[in-house]
Amino acid sequence: MKPSGWGELAIAAFLVLLAVFVPFVTNGYWLSIAVTTMMYVALATSWALFSGPTHYISLATGAFFGIGGYLVGSMMSDYQLPFWVPLVVAPLVAAGLAFLIGIATLRLSGVYFVIFTLGLAEMIRNLISWIQNNFLGSRGLYVLTDLRDHHLYWMLLGVAAAVFLLGWVVNRSRLGFALRIIGNDETVARHVGINTAWAKVILFTTTGFFAALVGAIIAPRWSYIEPNQVFSPQLSFLVVIMALLGGAGRLWGPLVGVIPFTIIWEWVNVQFPNQSTLFLGLAFLLIVYVLPNGMVGRIEQLHARMGRGRS
Amino acid sequence: MIHTRFFKRIAVAATAAGIAFASAAVAQDVIKLGAIAPKTGPLAGGAVVTQWPNVQLWVEQINARGGLQVGDKQMMIELIEYDDKTNPGEHIKLAQRLAEQDKVDFVVAPYGTGFNIATAPIYGRYEYPMIAVSAITDKMEELTERYPNLFFTLGTTTAFVDGVKEILIEKRDAGEIGNEIAMVNVADAFGIELADRARDLFTEAGFELVYDKSYPLGTPDLSPVMKGAKDSGAKAFVAWSYPPDSFGLAEQAIIEDLDVAVYYSAVATSFPAFSGAYGGKINNVLGAGGTNVDDPKIAEYRAAHEEITGEVADYWASANTYAAMQVLEQAIVGAATLDRDTVTQYIKDNTFDTVMGELSFENNVSHTFWSVGQWQDGVFRGVKGSNVDGAVPVRLKEGWTE
Amino acid sequence: MLDIIVSGLLLSGTYALVAMGLNLQYGVARIMNLANGEVLVLGALAAFWLYTTAQISPLLTVILVIPVAFIGNWLIYRFLLTPLVRRSKSQGQLEVDSILATFGISFVLIGIMVSIEGGFFAYKYLSEPISILGSTTSLNRFIAFLIACAIGIGLYLWLNKTRSGVAVRAVAVSTEASGLVGINVPRVSAFAFALGGAITAVGGALISTFITLDASIGVVFTLKALIIVIMGGVGDIRGAIVAACILGLVETAVATLIDPGLTLAAAYLIFILILLFRPQGLFGRAST
Repeated sequence: MKPSGWGELAIAAFLVLLAVFVPFVTNGYWLSIAVTTMMYVALATSWALFSGPTHYISLATGAFFGIGGYLVGSMMSDYQLPFWVPLVVAPLVAAGLAFLIGIATLRLSGVYFVIFTLGLAEMIRNLISWIQNNFLGSRGLYVLTDLRDHHLYWMLLGVAAAVFLLGWVVNRSRLGFALRIIGNDETVARHVGINTAWAKVILFTTTGFFAALVGAIIAPRWSYIEPNQVFSPQLSFLVVIMALLGGAGRLWGPLVGVIPFTIIWEWVNVQFPNQSTLFLGLAFLLIVYVLPNGMVGRIEQLHARMGRGRS
Repeated sequence: MIHTRFFKRIAVAATAAGIAFASAAVAQDVIKLGAIAPKTGPLAGGAVVTQWPNVQLWVEQINARGGLQVGDKQMMIELIEYDDKTNPGEHIKLAQRLAEQDKVDFVVAPYGTGFNIATAPIYGRYEYPMIAVSAITDKMEELTERYPNLFFTLGTTTAFVDGVKEILIEKRDAGEIGNEIAMVNVADAFGIELADRARDLFTEAGFELVYDKSYPLGTPDLSPVMKGAKDSGAKAFVAWSYPPDSFGLAEQAIIEDLDVAVYYSAVATSFPAFSGAYGGKINNVLGAGGTNVDDPKIAEYRAAHEEITGEVADYWASANTYAAMQVLEQAIVGAATLDRDTVTQYIKDNTFDTVMGELSFENNVSHTFWSVGQWQDGVFRGVKGSNVDGAVPVRLKEGWTE
Repeated sequence: MLDIIVSGLLLSGTYALVAMGLNLQYGVARIMNLANGEVLVLGALAAFWLYTTAQISPLLTVILVIPVAFIGNWLIYRFLLTPLVRRSKSQGQLEVDSILATFGISFVLIGIMVSIEGGFFAYKYLSEPISILGSTTSLNRFIAFLIACAIGIGLYLWLNKTRSGVAVRAVAVSTEASGLVGINVPRVSAFAFALGGAITAVGGALISTFITLDASIGVVFTLKALIIVIMGGVGDIRGAIVAACILGLVETAVATLIDPGLTLAAAYLIFILILLFRPQGLFGRAST
């Protein structure tokens, strides 16, 4: 990722400020879309923090997200703990898990890493279902709160802002410098003396932390937690796709991937309610062909062209 | 100059008023009904059998006879459907859309416990009555207190298990099965809940679970499970299963020639496709649901279902889904208004004449449903139920040949 | 014990059918085909539909499906994927693009299948009990196993003993080097992709005789196939076959000896352990 300047930080802060007012100007429908959008922005950006610079595609987002949702469901429903307890515990648990996974995957690269994370996520899902069946046996995980969409929206906005801030700080730090070199050529990075392993592990840990936090925040919206729903592999794929569509090379890349993606998704749902899946697929294909370098690529291309035009 | 602008403004205003008047008049002659359920995704297979055909059937029948009489107006039904792709987040968004963009007058309750609970707060805020069918939970009291717009019609988790327990006790008392039960469940929320409840209830009733295992959703090979159950020697087999595994377990039971007198698998046993796939081999298999095909109302309903939708109704929740639509229909007509609050109150206060018989709600819960049915010579008849007539005696499973 | 080996091997056959096609598509054509599961379900849909409407035996459908699936997948490669291959400047970029594109294709295929049959493909064929070495199992699984073996052996012989097969293996090793020695890489890739798709569809038709599928279940098989292909090591067909065997046996053993609820967890655990000790998979080439 290219380092971001103070200008970008200012723009980001301004956007966050604008975003705070969204619940006041929208009604329920657009607000609920905004909640979903903010959720994916937080997930995709924190995903890109790791995968952007290292070019390692992680499909473990679903596992961490699921830990967040599941712990909220289990702690609130089976143990009657208040919402903030799992909200704090889940990200820490996920971070710990991500740390271990990060260390375990250091020798893997390319597609082996990708599918490893996928297999891991699936293993966690099955393991938790089994544990719930045999030891926690529950009458259903009900998360019945008074939290409304706008509460969730502001919480997710906070998380997304935190992720951006973290990304901005990392980009400008030695760690960010190290990651850019790793991304360009890992062998060079190692020979130059950068502790590539440490860098990768730290960042992978943060993606786990934030994904679980998002999963925990969104749980009250679902009211009834099913392990097979919260540990969803499709979520992992969607996060990756949105981030890649936007362009993982820039901190704001996922943001410009999520928003159009969500809009297109809604548009297709409304226009073709009976064949939404089919037309979504066609929309995907269209996007892939029209945007070879993601939205970031297209935007920067336009920017360059405008710059050339002026001179 | 001034004259043209003035006339232009009048023309525009008049046109706008005319359009508003016309659309207002048109809008009021139609009842907008919203329905969101899976058409793709893991639960689509079930929704396509139980939910969608009944929605289609009901809307077509109503519109064929000119619509519903609301007060002094005849109003046709306009159906707005969406596919939630079996994704709760997706479903919630679409529910908001129905309420705010499409501004539907009424909604069809979602398919699946999780989806009903997830949308209850949203629909509740807009005062939509939700007559839920495929929502089975033990927390009805707490949920209806929180969401007074939510109605339940298919029974609690405990009632679901109780039906099976009663049959087991019956057969044990008659000396047909011993004390031992082989029980398996799919490791998904529904299966886990049922197995958990069953473990308590069965043990309380003095049974011993000699084989008690779960299997992951999507297991391709259930033969180890069936072999394990067979080796346990139990004469009763109970599976809290979902469609793919209900089919898979039946196949394995046939292959292994499972020697049991009582065989139960939960969801999808009541699908016509279940009998279609296995023919006479699954005679005397028990499953969730049941129906009384000899009841003239049910027979009429099933005939209409097949004629209009081209599909055979399932032998469980199909009738309840249709009955829920009938409740809504009678409530709208009876309350003579589209005001949702009034209609909701009407549902709480009145009794309804449906294909399931007389339906009424006590604290938002209706106790008229079948819990266990049995395939008897090609028909899945109800054997255990609540407030339903026509239960037939439970037969014993006698081998797995045609 | 015998039960475990017999059932386990039969399950391995099923898994091999699921994974061999993807092994060709990814190993040779370098396409991470997320629509693999949907192609499998298409084969299943064909078998279901022909059997329930025209009583055509699924074994016959398997034969009919081969050319149709081959041509279909070839067309997909030629028109939807070749543009991506041409414009990608690196393997990583092609992988990213193929993930996005095949994800889209999977949605399209689901949409098409749902409009043909929205419910379960519920039918059974040859669900007769047979006894193998004293262990009871069903005839349809055994037949699927035999056909899986035939395909596996056939592929292995073709890839190792024929010129065209060696060309395919060369492309799997290196597209650049193969191009340099005069192999028509685009044509070989297209062929491999199409063949992979045909094998997957055949697998789907066979599997549908004993597993009840529906239009949306493809993703489960895609995940399984990905695990098996990577576990076996990309590019070598033996890898996929051995991985399928390991998984089939492990899952069956765990289901019988420990707890059926842990089968998938154990399978993924084996997968993870193998990758931890051999990061390039069982038969994969160690990266320099």
